[in-house]
Amino acid sequence: MKKHLLATVATLAVSAAAGQAQDRTEIQFWHAMGGQLGERTDAFATTFNEQQDSCTVNSVYQGDYTETMTAAIAAFRAGEQPNIVQVFEVGTATMMAAEGAIYPVHQLMEDQGLAFDESSYIPAVISYYSDTDGNMLSLPYNSSTPVMWVNVTLFEENDIEIPTTWDETIDAARALKAAGVASPLGFGWQSWTMIENFSAWHDLEIGTLENGFAGTGTELKINNPAVVGHIDRIQTMAEEGLFTYGGRRGDSRPQFVNGEAAMWINSSAYFGGFEADIQDFEFTQVPMPIDTSVRAEPQNSIIGGATLWALQGHEDAEFACTAQFLDFLSGTEQQADWAQATGYVPITNAAAELMDERGFFADNPGTDVAINQLSLNEPTSNSRGLRFGNFVQIRDVINEELEAVWAGDKTAQEALDAAVTRGNALLRRFEATNS
Amino acid sequence: MQKRVVFRHRWLPYLLLAPQIAVTLIFFIWPAYQALETSFFLEDVFGFNRTFVWFENFTALFSDGSYLRSFWTTLIFGLSVTLLSMSTALALAVAANRVLRGKMSYRTFLIWPYAVAPALAGVLWFFMMNPSLGIVAYMLESTFGVDWNHYVNGRQALLMVIVAAAWKQISYNFLFFLAGLQSMPKSLIEAAAIDGASPARRFWTICFPLLSPTTFFLLVVNLVYAFFDTFAIIHATTSGGPADATAILVYKVYSTGFVGQDYGSSAAQSVILMALVIAMTVVQFRFVERKVQY
Repeated sequence: MKKHLLATVATLAVSAAAGQAQDRTEIQFWHAMGGQLGERTDAFATTFNEQQDSCTVNSVYQGDYTETMTAAIAAFRAGEQPNIVQVFEVGTATMMAAEGAIYPVHQLMEDQGLAFDESSYIPAVISYYSDTDGNMLSLPYNSSTPVMWVNVTLFEENDIEIPTTWDETIDAARALKAAGVASPLGFGWQSWTMIENFSAWHDLEIGTLENGFAGTGTELKINNPAVVGHIDRIQTMAEEGLFTYGGRRGDSRPQFVNGEAAMWINSSAYFGGFEADIQDFEFTQVPMPIDTSVRAEPQNSIIGGATLWALQGHEDAEFACTAQFLDFLSGTEQQADWAQATGYVPITNAAAELMDERGFFADNPGTDVAINQLSLNEPTSNSRGLRFGNFVQIRDVINEELEAVWAGDKTAQEALDAAVTRGNALLRRFEATNS
Repeated sequence: MQKRVVFRHRWLPYLLLAPQIAVTLIFFIWPAYQALETSFFLEDVFGFNRTFVWFENFTALFSDGSYLRSFWTTLIFGLSVTLLSMSTALALAVAANRVLRGKMSYRTFLIWPYAVAPALAGVLWFFMMNPSLGIVAYMLESTFGVDWNHYVNGRQALLMVIVAAAWKQISYNFLFFLAGLQSMPKSLIEAAAIDGASPARRFWTICFPLLSPTTFFLLVVNLVYAFFDTFAIIHATTSGGPADATAILVYKVYSTGFVGQDYGSSAAQSVILMALVIAMTVVQFRFVERKVQY
């Protein structure tokens, strides 16, 4: 009742302000995009509100990914859920399992008579977010993939080739170190870049049952010799002073911006921020290095980022608005603008083509690396992505165990064995609550 | 002669007490009960499925090595924060109590940090100590040759959060110690001075024992602070890492419940934490308080 009254008052206020007689339906959109990304996201809602006069979208920033997801879940339990919520990729399994809480986007679009062409998305996106029947339950919004950010100036000044393999990376790091670079290699989001994407890039299984896509009975496989060898290699580089661990998530970003690291493996979505923050040197993106002893050619990388979920428990008019807004967001123009401004990859083929037509890739060398990595090959069951329950926690377990390696407390094998044991325990808890 | 006042109306006292009881019930007893109840269940995040699992959440915790390590971390953290912040505050209070000129400005400056929000304090320390950006990290490296990287070195990380958490609490302790010192009868100290007792002796034999009620109160408050309120500082600086070097119990409650959305385990952890703090407070009041001279 109170909610209804508030909605009425708000609607009245809006129509009075706009001088319109028609009632507008109001919907809530919770997102996790702060700073410049948030302004862009809010701007989409504003544009949408101006374009038509039956719906008003309230775009609200709810904190980081974890906070937004937690807030939406808490709101759902209290019966106050938003119409649309942005959930990061590792929360996908949790959302998919909550059948009573979500309104699958393909279903919503169909019910509202709007076209939703799932095949217009790039394969890496389709394969990551589709359920076992091949339907997309949420609308892809922002997707990125790890690339290697390179300080071109440091490489050119010292006449060093930009590496494409891990052996070359070590050589380049040594040469850079000799030239005075403090810790040539760095990376962020270590589970995502060094374990998940390293596995996909080399077509290695991350977990059983097709990385969890085929069922909740999945078990982690990340203690295989290839991954152990990789972590061991990085630890050896650390001992040699070629790599310094700079923290979880994007905490090591200053290493690259300050020129302490000349090679930094992390999301392509740092593009927008780097453009603004880096003036002293030239930088570009190159593909992640390959370990030729594991595989001669790279397979494909996997995405990170978030999708938009429609939640149940609202009125028909609100669902109509939700569908219209999602339809608006998936428009080619919006997708292309978003990708150009942020460094997220264009998630539809049409958006990529539009960006190409506009000359964006030609003007900004390196910005097509991410999309090329994602669509390098048709994804295999190892490289389509992953779907593990409790994965937010499992990533923290992996963080903890890798940190024990960087501190020299555990060997790569010990740490990854422990990560698998602890991770599997969490997977079993998820299986117990969701089967 | 003391006169006993009796309410004439039978229900009036209860009525007058009702608001306080309501607040306690709604904000303390009810959530505590909810935590206790949830700790016996395994449930999915949206609350569709709920299975009663007896003590499974608890046994899972006690078979988890990192949870057990967290007890030690919490103990070291709690004691260090309390000792560091109380001793520094006491030293500052004694010094400030002697200052004659510019008293007010000294005191104001010393009280200031208390107004800084914990999360902000965390961010502040995060920037000062950041191995790439931080001014303190830079000075440690250039002056003392200390290779500061709390992202890799667990001891450094723990030291950093202890100092940050203690720093945050110094103002609060300072305020109480200063008030305690000022309420002390001057004549006692003057008499001791006339008898030839040195300033240090005067402090340890007169001021310190007289301060004991304040010290005891602060001990309880600081331990509770270190166990519960330091979450934001850890969240903003280390996220419990590297590995689990700074993952104190309250941080684990948060990360399991809010990051991992495992409500059963998180509730079980908060029940354990609750029991621990209750036990600690009982011990303090039963044994430590006996040494307090009021």
